Amino acid sequence: MTRNGVFSRRQKLEKLDGFKSFDHPPPDSEELHVLAVDDSLVDRKVIERLLTISSCKVTAVDSGRRALQFLGLDEESSSVGFDGLKVNLIITDYCMPGMTGYELLKKIKESSTFREIPVVIMSSENILARIDRCLEEGAEEYIVKPVKLSDVKRLKDYITKEEGEGEKSEERVTLKRKFQDACDNSPSSSTPSSPTPSSPLSPFSSPLSSPSLLESPLRRLKTNDGD
Amino acid sequence: MLGLGVDQLRADMNQLLALLFHQGVLDDHFLQLQQLQDVTSPNFVYEVVNIYFHESEKLLRNLRVLLMDRDFSDYKKMGIHLNQFMGSSSSIGAKRVRNVCFAFRAVSEQNNRAGCLRALEVLEHEYCYLKNKLHELFHIEQQRVMAAAVRYRIQD
Repeated sequence: MTRNGVFSRRQKLEKLDGFKSFDHPPPDSEELHVLAVDDSLVDRKVIERLLTISSCKVTAVDSGRRALQFLGLDEESSSVGFDGLKVNLIITDYCMPGMTGYELLKKIKESSTFREIPVVIMSSENILARIDRCLEEGAEEYIVKPVKLSDVKRLKDYITKEEGEGEKSEERVTLKRKFQDACDNSPSSSTPSSPTPSSPLSPFSSPLSSPSLLESPLRRLKTNDGD
Repeated sequence: MLGLGVDQLRADMNQLLALLFHQGVLDDHFLQLQQLQDVTSPNFVYEVVNIYFHESEKLLRNLRVLLMDRDFSDYKKMGIHLNQFMGSSSSIGAKRVRNVCFAFRAVSEQNNRAGCLRALEVLEHEYCYLKNKLHELFHIEQQRVMAAAVRYRIQD
């Protein structure tokens, strides 16, 4: 599956030191590969274990900079031909010296190659403004630390489903876009997703009951009159 | 000698854990850590906790050095150390230490040096207590493992 067009080059990876990564036999293994980013050694050890015990491959790095290097996005290194192993999920701490998790998230979402990779933010702070900011920037979820096994299981199930239903998620995106269009247009215009064109209810009410939009356990629905 | 009491040791460990939970020294997340330990990673809790001890002592040293300086004013740096300490403490389920860090941070945000010195003493004390108790826990566990091994060999 090269959904993102990222070509996997395992051989080059073995020559790299400084990255802790697991070696797994078949290149087309079903296991998810997660890139974990956290400056705390304690947390890195814990998240690595959580992911391993959930049958994921893990690469754990200690900074946003290292994460970008691993992905081959670091501007300063002459990443000639190195693209990194295919990564299915990036999970990063928010508070890190140098580059914060938020800044890392932005860089990833700005990249045409990597913006499709789901990014999850972890933080010990439960600050609403921070959560909003991360979700708005495209984070899949914001988890308040400490991260639990159930959190990892939920993420894994969600990502596995996403990977397996590549077409369906595109459908979901299209539906979402239609929802946005429906909201932007005047109430008199109708789209296939709205119930009745002459409904007195606001256009916001019907798409929220659409099953595909509610399927994602993670994404917070943002309506047009969101704060 | 044979009565090293695997069962007794297990009971001792459970009793100590119950006490630490009751005192609020540890919380559920410590149990989470234990759940992550298995045959593929049999010393996981021990390893993580040792990393935690190492990091915590560094942080405590840094805090003390900062505060001992009579011209100290870098409360922001202090806040960063405290955030790190809070984070790692909550990751291993060290609830009381984590709460003391939280209170300490509030005091540091008021730029109150005397208050910070007092808070640091409380933090050092709490950390010491936690460390001693966790060492006790590991010691009992170690004895239990050895006793279980002896019992198995005798039955052979």
